[in-house]
Amino acid sequence: MNAKPSTTRPAGKKSLDRREMPCQPPHERRSNFEEVALGYTKEMALEEASRCLHCKKPFCVSGCPVQVPIPDFIASLAKDDLSAAYHIIKSTNSLPAVCGRVCPQEHQCEGKCVLGVKGQPVAIGRLERFVADSFLHAAADDCPEALPRRGGKRVAMLGAGPASLTCAGICAAKGLAVDVFEGLHEPGGVLVYGIPAFRLPKNVVAAEIGALRKLGVRFHLNCVGGRTVLLQELRQDYDAVFIGVGAGLPVFLGIPGENLVGVFSANEYLTRVNLGRAYAFPEYDTPAFPGKNVTVFGAGNVAMDAARTALRMGAESVHIVYRRTRYEMPARKEEIEHAEEEGVSFAELSAPLHFDADADMRLCSVTLQIMALGEADASGRRRPVPVDGKTRVFPTDLAIVALGTRANPLLLDASPELERTERGYIKVDETTGETSLPNVFAGGDIVTGAATVILAMGAGRTAGQEICRRLVGE
Amino acid sequence: MATPILDKESLIPGKTSKLVLHAPEIAAKARPGHFIILRTHDKGERIPLTIADADPERGTIIIVYLVLGKSTAVLEGMAAGDEISDVCGPLGRPTHIEKGGTVICVGGGTGIAAMHHIAKGHVRVGNRVVGAIGARSKNLLLFEKELTSFADEILISTDDGSYGRKGLVTELLREKLEQDGSVFEVVAVGPVPMMEAVAQTTRPFGVRTTVSLNPIMVDGIGMCGACRVSVGGQTKFACVDGPEFDGHLVDFDELKRRLAAYRAQEQISFELYGKAQQ
Repeated sequence: MNAKPSTTRPAGKKSLDRREMPCQPPHERRSNFEEVALGYTKEMALEEASRCLHCKKPFCVSGCPVQVPIPDFIASLAKDDLSAAYHIIKSTNSLPAVCGRVCPQEHQCEGKCVLGVKGQPVAIGRLERFVADSFLHAAADDCPEALPRRGGKRVAMLGAGPASLTCAGICAAKGLAVDVFEGLHEPGGVLVYGIPAFRLPKNVVAAEIGALRKLGVRFHLNCVGGRTVLLQELRQDYDAVFIGVGAGLPVFLGIPGENLVGVFSANEYLTRVNLGRAYAFPEYDTPAFPGKNVTVFGAGNVAMDAARTALRMGAESVHIVYRRTRYEMPARKEEIEHAEEEGVSFAELSAPLHFDADADMRLCSVTLQIMALGEADASGRRRPVPVDGKTRVFPTDLAIVALGTRANPLLLDASPELERTERGYIKVDETTGETSLPNVFAGGDIVTGAATVILAMGAGRTAGQEICRRLVGE
Repeated sequence: MATPILDKESLIPGKTSKLVLHAPEIAAKARPGHFIILRTHDKGERIPLTIADADPERGTIIIVYLVLGKSTAVLEGMAAGDEISDVCGPLGRPTHIEKGGTVICVGGGTGIAAMHHIAKGHVRVGNRVVGAIGARSKNLLLFEKELTSFADEILISTDDGSYGRKGLVTELLREKLEQDGSVFEVVAVGPVPMMEAVAQTTRPFGVRTTVSLNPIMVDGIGMCGACRVSVGGQTKFACVDGPEFDGHLVDFDELKRRLAAYRAQEQISFELYGKAQQ
């Protein structure tokens, strides 16, 4: 993934190939927590921006959950007007430096780009990142000016993840007083406890949060919705409430030996390393469990994050254990490739049966059922079926379970008045984000189940716009 | 955002202190059995501590700790007027308290402080409370005065016989259960071996036995599963399903192993801190 030398081509002719983004070489980055993708230089960004066709009907915009006016910002960028480009992005996206890094653009804006039909789509995510990073140091100064306070109307956010932050930004920009209540000791939600620094540096998150503070948003940390603050209290004190508490309850495999020392949820492992800065232990007090031979169960983006984190924490081998093959893995292709380049291996067609302990009752291996691919299932992927009698014992001293999450019961149990879906998430009106309670809104994973940062932001935006329409009339 | 320490009372010099924290939002909602997660400084670790008392009117909570590692050593180095970076709570499910007759509340070590909060709750609903507390020696016995002020009866034991009965608190418990058929519940808070011994003692009597578990936690709000315990063969998260469980169903061996998972790193942290203090 190293940068290719720039090539000259006849004027007016659009290249079918996008500009590669320079990365840290795999052998270096696998032992540090610095960002993997280094970002475009200005020259690269201008060159890539020049590839945009400026379609009259920009499909890219329709592919964006927060409808960033993509061709407009790229046009400004191509004219070297970075400030204009930044403000165009910021008009609909309050966290562009985050989105430029972690959005699955290949399924969204870039997936719809017309250039992608014959060649490669415009690298919209990389351009967004370039523009946002150019203003990162000044994000707090350059954010849209907050309007004067409007009639003392107040809005509360529960949770400080991407959905709440987006909703907060929209409400604050319209002059509403916004209070954000966060259970952990740092704001950002999954952006700080989940996504590792090598994909999303923490100073990027801090800068975006600084911009919100500058807008007047107040953060109340160590305040747990359903424990420290109750929904019914917030409803009395605020004109509207947005619930964006995420779906934080980790799913385990439910197999024997899972409570052995050495078996962790990805949430725990990543929270220790990211939020707790266990990579800097003992300078920081939070330790992470050391493992030589690491196994990761699951094959989504969180599994890739956990595997790549374990490598950086000093593992000798890291295997992603998956019951299908790598071609069915749900993680982004780029994440799978990055993991493989760094040395993560794949134990395909393997399903864990039980974790095994040594004489000291510590994890020493996992027994795997060998699988084969059968008929396609409802998702269109070929269903893995066990091969009768074929198992293998796989040595491991650190196992990380990354099978996804379910709704965290804390807030929901304390708020029985909120209507829920059959799957246990909060039921909302899709066009407004409003829950069964008037002027109580919800969005993100607590509504949809585990999904992406940008979908949560889209939901935060929908609710934020509706809150503003109701409270300030626009 | 930081939480000020209003008062500090040393209970066992260098080992255990009682801190009064200004935490009005937590005090307003804290009930017996609840705990907090705290972080002493901005590079600190999140650790759980049971709330030993709460005063909603003054806006204060009380915590009592035993110095076991770096985080508690840092706490012990703090004084009234200092601030704790982060205090989060009240967490966990409160103790299930119902009126039913006589309750024996067993406490060991700093667990006596947390137990006293639960015992108070039982007194409030009109139960007859027997406090049973034990320590290695008289000078290590905590919260006796506080318990005596409201408990109907106090049983005391010390390992060395320096105060109360010589021996283990579970012996007093067994005798009490043999004499008094009106006991409907036993509550135990303290070191894991003590809670396990209490559960073993009460088992033949068929008395409901509640233990307050103290596994390693990270977030304390159900997000990570670090605190999972096996209860009756089912996995529970102590932070959101507990921390109190049926002592007859808890897998104490597993709990002990899980509590020791980070022993090596804890040792490194503790030693480095000790050196830095010299």
